[in-house]
Amino acid sequence: MRKAYLAALLGSVFGLAFTTVSAEAADPIKIATIAETSAISGIGIPNAAKMAAEEINAAGGVNGRKIEIVAYDDHNSAADAVRAFQRAAQQDKVSAVIASYISEVVLALEPWAGRLKMPMITPGAASNEITKRVREDYDHMKYVFHGYLASTQIADAVCESAKKLLVGDLHMKTAVVMSEDAAWTLPLDEEYLKCLPKIGIKVLDHIRLSPDTTDFTPIFNKIEGSKPDVIITGISHVGVQPTVQWQQQQVPIPMFGVSSQATNATFWKDTNGATDGVIFNMVSAPDVAVTPKTIPFAENYKKKYGALPGYAAYTAYDDVYMWAEAFRKAGGTDPDKVVAAMEQTDHIGTIGRIVFLPKGDTFAHGMRIGDGYITGLMVQWQKGNPVTVWPDKVAKGKMAFPSFIKLPQ
Amino acid sequence: MLALQILIDGFAISSLYALGAIGFTLIFGVSGVLNLSHGALMVVAAVIAWWVGGLLGPGTGSVYVGAAAGVAAALVCALATYRLIASPIQKSPSIPREEKEIFVLTGTLLWGIMLQEAIAYLFTNNPKTVRPLVEGVVMILGVRTPHNEILTAVLSWALIGLLWLLVNRTRMGKSLLAASMNPRGLTLLGFELSNIYLAVWAIYGILAGIAGVLLGAFLGVSSDNAGTLTASAFSIVVLGGLGSVSGSLVAAYVVGYLETLTAYLISPSIRTVPVLLLLVVVVYLRPQGLLGRR
Repeated sequence: MRKAYLAALLGSVFGLAFTTVSAEAADPIKIATIAETSAISGIGIPNAAKMAAEEINAAGGVNGRKIEIVAYDDHNSAADAVRAFQRAAQQDKVSAVIASYISEVVLALEPWAGRLKMPMITPGAASNEITKRVREDYDHMKYVFHGYLASTQIADAVCESAKKLLVGDLHMKTAVVMSEDAAWTLPLDEEYLKCLPKIGIKVLDHIRLSPDTTDFTPIFNKIEGSKPDVIITGISHVGVQPTVQWQQQQVPIPMFGVSSQATNATFWKDTNGATDGVIFNMVSAPDVAVTPKTIPFAENYKKKYGALPGYAAYTAYDDVYMWAEAFRKAGGTDPDKVVAAMEQTDHIGTIGRIVFLPKGDTFAHGMRIGDGYITGLMVQWQKGNPVTVWPDKVAKGKMAFPSFIKLPQ
Repeated sequence: MLALQILIDGFAISSLYALGAIGFTLIFGVSGVLNLSHGALMVVAAVIAWWVGGLLGPGTGSVYVGAAAGVAAALVCALATYRLIASPIQKSPSIPREEKEIFVLTGTLLWGIMLQEAIAYLFTNNPKTVRPLVEGVVMILGVRTPHNEILTAVLSWALIGLLWLLVNRTRMGKSLLAASMNPRGLTLLGFELSNIYLAVWAIYGILAGIAGVLLGAFLGVSSDNAGTLTASAFSIVVLGGLGSVSGSLVAAYVVGYLETLTAYLISPSIRTVPVLLLLVVVVYLRPQGLLGRR
C-alpha cells in the first residue's frame, strides 16, 4: 500500500511514465453522482460522468490513481439524496460529488456538503440560493460549486437573445411569462419581469403553474385572452405535456425561453413532433462547436448510449474533468485543498470556458458568464432536429414556426 | 365565451374520468376488489400505445395499431392482476376471511407500484403523449376545440353505452349483475363464478386500457401519474357510491366540472383541491356516496 502511494507521488512529480504503471496499483479516487436515473435529464449525469472517467483513466488517471464513478439514484427525492450523500461520504469514501439537476435536491444537500466537508458540484440545478449560501457563509459552504447557470443569469441570456430574435427580427412588443412553481423559477421570473421591459417587451401577465399540472388548456386559454406576441417560458419539471397541448390546441403564440425537457434528444419523439417551433435556452447543443470538445462529446455519447446527451450530461462530463484537475493540483483528495484547487479552475469544457467566481461575488462559486466564458445558446426544434438560432456567430439556421403560429405583422 | 369554454373542456375531461372510473367501480361491484393498480394499468396502456406507435413510424395506421397494442397490454395486465394477485389472495385458506379485503388492497397497491417502476425503468418517467387518432381543430361557437377532444368524449360515451347494453341486455351481463348481488346463489344455479370474474376483469382491462390510451392522447401520461390516476378514480367512485355505476357517472361529471371551474375561475394550480374538500364533506354527511345503496 505504502509502495503504491509512493509510486503515485513519484508519478505525479515525474509525469506519465510512472503514472501508467502506478494507476494499476493505487486505490481509485471515487466521485459520486446523485441523480434520478429514471428521468432523462438525470440519467445523463452518471452516463456522462462514467464516459469522462473512462477517458481520464485511459490517459493514465490522476496522480497515478484511477477515477471511479459511484452512481446513486435519488428518485428525485431530497430525503433519498441526503441518504445517498451521507453514504457516499461516510461509507463509500468518495472524494467529490456531482449532484442532481433539481434545485430543491441540491439545496437539501448543500448543508451536508458543509458538515461532512465534501466537495460537491451540481451540473444542472439553477436556483440562485445555491451560490447565495456560499457567499453568505463561505467558511462552511465553500465546498459547494455551481456548475450550471444561476436562474438570474439564464433569464438574462434569454432576454439578450430575445432582443435580437423577438424584438429585432419579429417585431414583438408583448409577452406573457409562464413558469412552473419551483425554487429555481423565483429568481428567474423576477429577472424576466425586470429585463423584458428593458428590451422593449411589455409583460401582460405572469402565470405560475403547479409542476403537477396535467391539463394546460385553461392556462393557454387565459394566455390567449391577453393576446401577447410570445409566451416566455420557465419550465423544467413539466415540458412534454404543455408542448403537446400547445400544438394540439393550436395556440397561435410561439413559446420562447427555458424548457429543460426540450433539451433532451428524445423530446421530439416524446411529443410526437409537437415541439416543432419551440425555442429554448441551452448551454451547448450537438450541432454547435461551442468549444472543440462539444461535438466529439455529443457524438461519442450517442455512440455509447444511443441518444444525444441532455443538458446536464454536458456539464457532468466537464465536472469530472474539473474534479480530476483539482485532485491533481491538490496532490490528493484533502477537501480543503481540493476546494482551493477547484477555485483556480480555468477549464475549456464542452459548454465553454469555465471559471468560478470568487467568494465575494453575488454568485460565489458560480460560473463566470459572458463573451469568452459561458454564453448560452437559443435552440429551436425544427422538423425533428434541434437547430441553434442564437447567437449569430454560431447559429446554424433561421427561426421557423409551424403554420398555426401567428406572428405580429 | 368563458362559460362555453368551461362547458366544452369540462365535458371532455369528465367523459374520460367517467370511462376510467366505471371499470374500477364494476370490478368492485362484481368481485369486491378495490384495485389500487388501476392508475398503473392506464399508464401501461398509454405508454405501450406510444411505444408501438413510435416503432411503426409516422403513418396513420400506426396510430391505430399502437392504440390497439396499448389496450391489449392493459387487458393482459388486468388478467394478470386477477390471476396473480386478487384471485390467489381471495382463495388463500391462510388469510382470515375478514382480512382478505385489506390483503387485496395491499396486494394490488404493491402490484401497481411494480408496474409503475417497470414502466419508469424501461421507458423513463418522462411523460409520453400518444399521437391523437385525429388531428386538427374545429371552432365551436368561437371556442377552438381539438378534434381529438371531441373524439375522446364521443368514444367514452359510446363505450359506456356499450357496457350498459352488455350488462342489461345480454345473458352474460345478467350473470354479472347476479354475481354482484348474490354470488353464492349464482354458484348454486350452476354458474362457474371464476369464469364470471375472469370476464369482468377482461371487460375492466379493456375499459381501463382505452381510457389510458385516450388520456395519453388528450393530456399525456407519465409513470409518475399512476398514483394520481388511481386516487382520482377512487375519489370518483367513493363520491358516487362504491359499486354504483350510475353514481360513478354522476360523480365523474361533478369532479370534472368542479376541477375545470376551479382551473378557469380561480387558478389551475389548485384544480384538485375543491374536489378533495367535497369528498371529505360527502364522506362525513353521506358515507354511502351520492347514489350509493346501503
